[in-house]
Amino acid sequence: MKLGLSRRELLASTGAALGAVIVTGTASRTTLGAEGKTGPRWGIAVDIARCGNQSGCRACIDACHAAHRVPQIEDARHQVKWVWKEAFARVFPEQTHGWETDAHQQAPVLVLCNHCAKSPCTKVCPTGATWRRSDGVVAMDEHRCIGCRYCMAACPYEARSFNWVDPHPSPNPGNYPARTAGVVEKCNLCVERIDNGQIPLCVETCTGTGAGALTFGNLEDASSPLRRLLATRQVLRRRPALGTEPRIFYLV
Amino acid sequence: MLENRRHRLLAWTFGTILVGLLVLGSVAYATQSRTGLGVTGLSREMPWGLYISQFTFLVGIGASAVTVLLPYYVHHQKVFARALILGEIVAVIALTLALLCITVDLGQPSRLINILLYPAPSSLMFWDCLTLGGYLTLSVVGLAATLFARGAAPAKWMRGLALATIPWAIGIHVVTALLYAGLAARPAWMTAILAPRFLATAFASGPALLILLAGVLARAKVFDIGREAVERLSIIMTYAAAASVVLAALEAFTATYSGIPAVSEHLEYLFLGLDGHFGLVAWTYASWLFVLLALVVLLVPRLRQRQGLTYAATAAVLLSVLIDKGLCLVPSGFVPSPLGHVRDYRPSLIELAIVAGIYSGGALVFGAACRWLLISDVPSQSTIHALNPPPPTAREPGMATAAQMEN
Repeated sequence: MKLGLSRRELLASTGAALGAVIVTGTASRTTLGAEGKTGPRWGIAVDIARCGNQSGCRACIDACHAAHRVPQIEDARHQVKWVWKEAFARVFPEQTHGWETDAHQQAPVLVLCNHCAKSPCTKVCPTGATWRRSDGVVAMDEHRCIGCRYCMAACPYEARSFNWVDPHPSPNPGNYPARTAGVVEKCNLCVERIDNGQIPLCVETCTGTGAGALTFGNLEDASSPLRRLLATRQVLRRRPALGTEPRIFYLV
Repeated sequence: MLENRRHRLLAWTFGTILVGLLVLGSVAYATQSRTGLGVTGLSREMPWGLYISQFTFLVGIGASAVTVLLPYYVHHQKVFARALILGEIVAVIALTLALLCITVDLGQPSRLINILLYPAPSSLMFWDCLTLGGYLTLSVVGLAATLFARGAAPAKWMRGLALATIPWAIGIHVVTALLYAGLAARPAWMTAILAPRFLATAFASGPALLILLAGVLARAKVFDIGREAVERLSIIMTYAAAASVVLAALEAFTATYSGIPAVSEHLEYLFLGLDGHFGLVAWTYASWLFVLLALVVLLVPRLRQRQGLTYAATAAVLLSVLIDKGLCLVPSGFVPSPLGHVRDYRPSLIELAIVAGIYSGGALVFGAACRWLLISDVPSQSTIHALNPPPPTAREPGMATAAQMEN
């Protein structure tokens, strides 16, 4: 069988095509909006025991969901969640061994977007509808989102929710922008408050109840209460092996 | 050429059913647009389902045009001259349907243009759109040029175009695989073997579809790609299917023998069910049964000689890939969810109607293409023989040929 194309020709053209793809790919990666080199880097520490002791407490969840007009949906398949509680064994499967008590395994742990320093969701978004701000907050523009849900597939924390149904069937009060069905949303670490010099609502609410389980702070500031906690307490992060560098820390 | 009354009646009946399904699909899509994707079987834990699965399957069919382009343009296998036309028509239609599947999956399809307005080169979806768009353009130009050539030898620039198309075709499916394989959150997909597996299943399912369509067209005396082309397509299909089985088995080995739960749990879900959820178990076994039985028929000479059996085996290969890629692969990647939740996925009637509508549209366009492009373009018998010279020596009677069926 005679080849119509010499092997050299074929290799050369394939190589050239591959090279072009790689060059354009790497060139564009360097121009991607990165975090600022200086300035604050926000994070939250969750004291698992203090939060868990407040059995049935939903103060931070309700405050957040009301302020951000998070749709309340009955059907578990379609729920939208910014901050919620999951069983310890689900949140930290690598930290369970099966010999602990059921109560320990089922202990509720507060979960929310981890605002990862290496966020997979922002990497895969095809429209830049979600991005990492210079202060490390993973932000979301529900009005640019095309609803492809690639970010949901990429998030290793199930922190993203899709509006499967109309989120605002009846007008509900609040200043937070309304969104439509067909877009993804998630915790925004209260950027609207941070930019006004306030701390996130969940942290403020938790402090208000006296539980004091949440600590917000600047990771770049060595004297911040957050940094002191991280330096002195035993700390867990969710699925650290994936290299996403979560900025939500769990104090054991 | 449809002069037969029975053929005409069949064509009209089939056409009417397709139009009906198309209307049904449009109504279903109108409902989905009005009320949101909540009308599907998708959920928080299962954000992608039938639409994205079918997209993946159809990209494979589109990419499989390589199986006629490569032999014809690189290896000068002239017997593929007519299979080439059919292959290009199928590729263009399959890619269009793939893009439709993506569009109906979007929560905000009217914002699709944002992918171009705010290009994000770090997203594989951006590259997928780019490669798919490029390949579709190349395929349309190639198809138009082939049809305009009217059976004559292709122009010189056509060969250049075809040679450029070949890496693109492989590229679209590789990029589609990378779209899944780069996600650390979904260990089921995060394997380097996914792209080769995609290519293998594509080069099995594509030729299988071509053989079946060619059989129907030959029987209806519309178009005949020639016995030798069918035989060679069948060989390509057989070895690609065999390769896909080997690749899947290799993946199953590393996933189960390593014993890492995150990697093996999705296979457990597929083959045994997980936490009392058995949503895809029957489908998984059906897919494996189909491809293994088909391989027995296609590889054992005594069985391969039976025409009806080889057609059944060809259909089985196509069905096996349709189930594996078009149904199981995507949902199983979401099981269990990162928080350990297991939720079965069952496509809703709306989803099924929309997908049926998309396929019906494709079938109608294919029918029209055959009616207007192929019939008006059928060269005289002498041209067919010039393109497909009869084999000089008696060869092993293998696949059914159009000539046999016409008798």
